[in-house]
Amino acid sequence: MSRIERISRREFLDRTGRAGGGLVLALTLTACGRSDRETPPAGGVTASSGSTSVMPNVYVNVRDDDTVEIHCHRSEMGQGIRTCMPQIIADEMEADWERVAVIQAPGDEKYGDQNTDGSSSIRLHFDLLRTAGASAREMLVMAAAASWGVPAVALVAREHAVHHEASGRSARFGELVAAADGIEVPDEVEFKSKADYRYIGRSLDLLDNDIMTTGKAVYGIDVAIPEMLHASIERPPVLGGRIRSVDDQAALAIAGVRQVVRMPELEAPPLYKPLGGVAVLADDSWSAMRGREALAIEWDHGENAVYDSAVYRRELTETANRKGKPALERGDVDAALANADRVVEADYYAPHLAQAPMEPPAATARMTGDGGCEIWACTQDPQSVRQTVGALLGVDEGRVIVHVTLLGGGFGRKSKADFSAEAAFLARETGRPVKVTWTREDDIRNGYLHTVSAQHLKGGIDADGNTSAWLHRSVFPSIGSTFSTEATGPGAGELGLGLTDNPFAIENMRLESGDAKAHLRIGWLRSVSNVYHAFAVCGFADELAHAAGVDPRDYLLRLTGPVRQIDPATDGAEYGNYGQSLDTHPIDTARYAAVVEKVADLAGWGRGLPDGHGLGIAVHRSFLSTVGTVAEVSVDGSGRLIVHELWFAVDAGLVVNPDRVAAQMEGAGVFGMSLALHGELTAKEGRVVEGNFDTYPVLRINEAPKAIHVHIMDVDAPPGGIGEPGVPPVAPAIVNAYFAATGRRIRELPLRNAGLV
Amino acid sequence: MRTSKSGSVMALDLTINGKAHTLDVDPAMPLLWAIRDVAGLTGTKYGCGKALCGACVVHLDGQPVRSCNFPVSAAAGRAITTIEGLSEDGNHPVQRAWRALNVPQCGYCQSGQIMSAAALLERNPEPSDADIDTAMSGNICRCGTYTRIRQAIRKAAEELA
Repeated sequence: MSRIERISRREFLDRTGRAGGGLVLALTLTACGRSDRETPPAGGVTASSGSTSVMPNVYVNVRDDDTVEIHCHRSEMGQGIRTCMPQIIADEMEADWERVAVIQAPGDEKYGDQNTDGSSSIRLHFDLLRTAGASAREMLVMAAAASWGVPAVALVAREHAVHHEASGRSARFGELVAAADGIEVPDEVEFKSKADYRYIGRSLDLLDNDIMTTGKAVYGIDVAIPEMLHASIERPPVLGGRIRSVDDQAALAIAGVRQVVRMPELEAPPLYKPLGGVAVLADDSWSAMRGREALAIEWDHGENAVYDSAVYRRELTETANRKGKPALERGDVDAALANADRVVEADYYAPHLAQAPMEPPAATARMTGDGGCEIWACTQDPQSVRQTVGALLGVDEGRVIVHVTLLGGGFGRKSKADFSAEAAFLARETGRPVKVTWTREDDIRNGYLHTVSAQHLKGGIDADGNTSAWLHRSVFPSIGSTFSTEATGPGAGELGLGLTDNPFAIENMRLESGDAKAHLRIGWLRSVSNVYHAFAVCGFADELAHAAGVDPRDYLLRLTGPVRQIDPATDGAEYGNYGQSLDTHPIDTARYAAVVEKVADLAGWGRGLPDGHGLGIAVHRSFLSTVGTVAEVSVDGSGRLIVHELWFAVDAGLVVNPDRVAAQMEGAGVFGMSLALHGELTAKEGRVVEGNFDTYPVLRINEAPKAIHVHIMDVDAPPGGIGEPGVPPVAPAIVNAYFAATGRRIRELPLRNAGLV
Repeated sequence: MRTSKSGSVMALDLTINGKAHTLDVDPAMPLLWAIRDVAGLTGTKYGCGKALCGACVVHLDGQPVRSCNFPVSAAAGRAITTIEGLSEDGNHPVQRAWRALNVPQCGYCQSGQIMSAAALLERNPEPSDADIDTAMSGNICRCGTYTRIRQAIRKAAEELA
């Protein structure tokens, strides 16, 4: 249950610097903000006399001009959270949408978990935000009851006002601000019933539409403060490389260049620390970049200079073909394979990727008088910026103020605090405010890359065409290597993203992992390990269907098997279910089957197709939502793949804003096509070879499907994630469709290496 | 730490969104950085620095230009229009269509997308689907708003017709 912390108005102002009247409640989530259970606020609140507003809790501020300000504690990176989160609170609060304003919250533990990753903003916070809205509503009702001398049960809050139906009296929310003085937060609140939702479940327009179409939206790269220097940093081209010597004469001779500063050397593990290198600081971005180009640096590249991705691929594949570490086992796979009518065996491979958000990482820092620092950054995780910068400066994180700008895309890259740490270091070294802007080449070469993976699969088919054995081995350098020098291979968390949560009703199954050493910084990319696991699992399921001579849709349903709920722990897996309970968010094969049937119907599975066209299907559950995808493809005269249309059926439980769900699936279709068709980073002598959108292409509009259709399943279940679950089924649906069209099986990404682009 | 004392810049007269600016800049500076860092208009975005992504598109005498590899000196004496100046009140038909269809996700590339789309409709008020794809293929959207961008351009075209 909740632990309530009362914060006085003065303390609140001290901590946030934001005007707001009244006492404020802070909600402390249990279990480090990762609790599966939501925490209702309780306790007391008062408003000081003469205030212009009252904050029933940290998320809501009611102003006497009738505005309801909603403080969004999650980062906006394109998922629409700055619209969807206010929808939830406003609905429960009975606030009028036209009077709602969204305010971006700074990094502060009082908001609970702010790490905007894992498609978690709504699935983890839905009940909390409903509670914040419902308790604000109840407090305004109690304020009216107290001032009118009537029982609260005789009142109703509706459409931004409290009404006493017996007398016909009513007061707008803004008129109740003063009366909210001294009102206790209710111990318990009642949620509205689903039938009474006013905004939840509706496709409301984006609150940020105006600023995003007029150039007024402020991203991390747009921050400018007086006396600010612009920094561009030449980082070690090889992870862990060190500087032997620097000649900065030519750099300092460039017009506009003010200073050259050596960055601190990186000590392993990388964590979110600066990578090292040399910073050039100038009056403007371009002069800093030019100065940087003029640096002459001699490097000691260190042990990672041996890294060659082509050689490494062979090592990974060899490892995947040897017995690995058990991750899940049931039945006897070896015996079942020995007795199988047919055995199908395949190696799948997917390369390193860069997130490549359109806005590269950027952060601005200014030292404050107390040895602390103020940061403006496009960060997915402002609390980790506080911790990282506090540790770097040697001050308590409370002295680090973090303002969250809009993010020009994130995709996992901006969950790392490294670029904010660079800005803070340079602000301290120069005594001036500093903005660090990464170039596109920096972003692609020096980021926290999506890992490279090799997978080996073996399936046994019995005389009835059923799959009797399934062996799947997954080998990749772990994200854990970013946090520990001890990490030698896949972690259980990563294996739980698409390997150990395998839903197939196969009697004999063995899932294994294999060790792999990291030579680059490895990090999260949208959908993370689900990307390569779904590629292999859904591609191989299609291979088995064809080997068994069964329609791939029908075979997918056959593999999914009877209706049941799966707990991978039953077969020995260490499985986290995205931090939520299997009771509320089960692995439910009925929900897999439903999206498979639905998406196949939408795509007209089995219909007559134009010559050379093929349909492919895939289904994958990730971030507690299940998505089925069908692709229709063909190949043109020069062998180039054309993806004509994509269909998605998504079961995300309760949906707050259907249009944003559709937008995330449309985006997932394009993101998934980017990685399927184009995405690949290679390394030679430890350096990433590619550097910009010419060598690391992403999908362009002329390659996009003519239509991306999205169907949202009507399911009575708690919310699942939305930002990531659409990506994993896209690549396998495409390769399966390509096989249907051509009879050629592709088991490695990107498809351009197979001559299809 | 070392400190530079050198510096050579010149005063350039630019007209941005109808307003005269005198900027002290290196004439070789790309227009993008002059607009963003010197004139202080940040609606025009950096995405690649190599004319590959279109985030930096502005209009020069009405023509779309990738400002990240266009020297500021070559823009002197010409009418520069950025997203901030595309319309007086943010209600250019393309901007309206973008909002009506909720095109933006992160929004970062949309300045460039809107400037490219407005330029397309200026020279071709009734673009075919192929015309749209050709004109917009220089603008990358990593969030993947392409299908809505196509719809929004068709909607704006209808409104302009």
